Amino acid sequence: MPKKKLAVGWFTFTCSEDNTILFVELLNEHYFEWKEQIEFRHCRQLKTDNRHGKFDVAFIEGAISTKREEDELKGIRKNSKKLVAVGACACTGLPAGQRNSFTPETLKSIKPFLKAHHLRDKVVPLSAIVKVDDSLPGCPMVPQQFLSLLGRYLIEFKVE
Amino acid sequence: MHQDNFDINIDDMSKIEGHASLEIKVRKGEVKGVKLKVFENRRFFELAVRGKGYAAVPQLVSRICGTCSAAHLMCSIKCIENALGVVPSEQTMTLRDLTTYGVNIRDHAMHLFLFVLPDLFGKDSVLEFSDSGLEHDLLHKALDIKAAGNLLSTEVGGRTVHPPFPAVGNFLHVPSKEKAKAVVAELKQVRESAIEFVHLFAERDSKFDIPDIDFIAISNRDYSFVNGGLCMHSSGYCIPEHSFERFFKERVVPYSQASGFSFQGKPYMVGALARMNINVTALHKDTREDLTEDNIFPSYNIYHNNLAQAIEIVHCIDTSIELLETCDFKQEPIRKIEPKESEGVGVVEAPRGTLFYHGKLDKAGNMTYANLVIPTAQNNVLMEKAVGLLVQKCLTEDKTKEQIQHEIETLIRAFDPCMSCATHFLKVKWE
Repeated sequence: MPKKKLAVGWFTFTCSEDNTILFVELLNEHYFEWKEQIEFRHCRQLKTDNRHGKFDVAFIEGAISTKREEDELKGIRKNSKKLVAVGACACTGLPAGQRNSFTPETLKSIKPFLKAHHLRDKVVPLSAIVKVDDSLPGCPMVPQQFLSLLGRYLIEFKVE
Repeated sequence: MHQDNFDINIDDMSKIEGHASLEIKVRKGEVKGVKLKVFENRRFFELAVRGKGYAAVPQLVSRICGTCSAAHLMCSIKCIENALGVVPSEQTMTLRDLTTYGVNIRDHAMHLFLFVLPDLFGKDSVLEFSDSGLEHDLLHKALDIKAAGNLLSTEVGGRTVHPPFPAVGNFLHVPSKEKAKAVVAELKQVRESAIEFVHLFAERDSKFDIPDIDFIAISNRDYSFVNGGLCMHSSGYCIPEHSFERFFKERVVPYSQASGFSFQGKPYMVGALARMNINVTALHKDTREDLTEDNIFPSYNIYHNNLAQAIEIVHCIDTSIELLETCDFKQEPIRKIEPKESEGVGVVEAPRGTLFYHGKLDKAGNMTYANLVIPTAQNNVLMEKAVGLLVQKCLTEDKTKEQIQHEIETLIRAFDPCMSCATHFLKVKWE
């Protein structure tokens, strides 16, 4: 019987992808260990063959600034046992949502762009759209906190 | 297939920085349209910095992009220093150089080893690499090189992403002798592996020449990413930093959240290939001694952007070893800066090419205006042109739609676009 692996999805929405860079950097030390324990079912930074199937854990970086992102996030939530908000934009909506507090005059100047590219009036954190199970705050996240949380999930999902 | 009408759509391209898509229209065997759509959602940093004090701006704009964060830091710092007439100390300049060498090792290694290397071995991902043999060995070496770059960035800049030590007029911390020694040891350990990768990319990478293009990059005597004048490859003509906006014309791309740029009406390229074409003789002497691949440049083969990055990794290792072994860093007093109403321009080489900042400050030192010109936006027009030419070539070679799509993705990865910066990057849609 094949060894049980943690089914992970890594997604990014509106953000700088700095947490994704830190995650990729953690591969330097953990790649060979994770290869035995984790099945990366969705991770655009590492592979082309990505699927929106079922995940034990979905790690999501970035805030939500379009209806399309909102719909994708709801789909991920539906298919994930655990959903983790990674980094400041996912947890708080900032700094991706700086435009939320622009002056009315500045907002008026960007309105045509928002409309042309179907951007929401307000940029929001993940928790404004779906239930978030765990958060890794920080800009970027603290790598040790990510490793601790991952370790907890490996135990919870009985991955050896 | 050649005489057919068909479309190709690539949605949300993988193994690049950020999100983008591509739409291609083929009619009667002719490529009739290529649209590269950046759908990374805009975060309006140029407007968000308005009203912010000059000292807060570098760390804010660093958040434009995780992987290029140090380049945005350095460029905004140069822009503000030029505006305020601040000349940093020699030690500060050296520490900035070291920070960017660390970033380039780490960033190029991520692009070459995680994004491009699987293409060379016919794999979708490094996750599919064998658990033994050549692939396993290369992966080990690749991760070690990335780790050495990370160590350099952390010990000098304070962190790999959004480094806290570079500041306007200052460098807030210096590495101890012990730390410098530890970094040198790591860099020396991975140097042979870095050279091995240069040979690998020279031997295995593809070929796709686009002769009628120009290259633009900073030129200097030591292949620094932070200092130097802006030069063109074709003529060697140097462009004054402060007037770059007169030379590079921004094009609104209505179907994309990123802009495009042209120079005298023609597309041009920035990035490692441009730097190598313009500045190859300025590589570190040890790099030139131990490599012969530098003789390949100048090159018009877009895939040589990968080779150029591999060579730059060796250059960054060699220069960093020399600086860390010869410099005696001492903590300098933090200098006070007087704000004034002013205007400045900063230009640096980000890992993916020339980055420009133009900023204005009011008398209290608050930013009132910012214009950022990003490497990927500058390469946008050329990327569309290159994809069109590649698809036309593939059609004459009777390639299948799947083969064409794979070649397109490989070519775009060679440009190493960053959509987080250009506002993030790639979906292909054939019409």
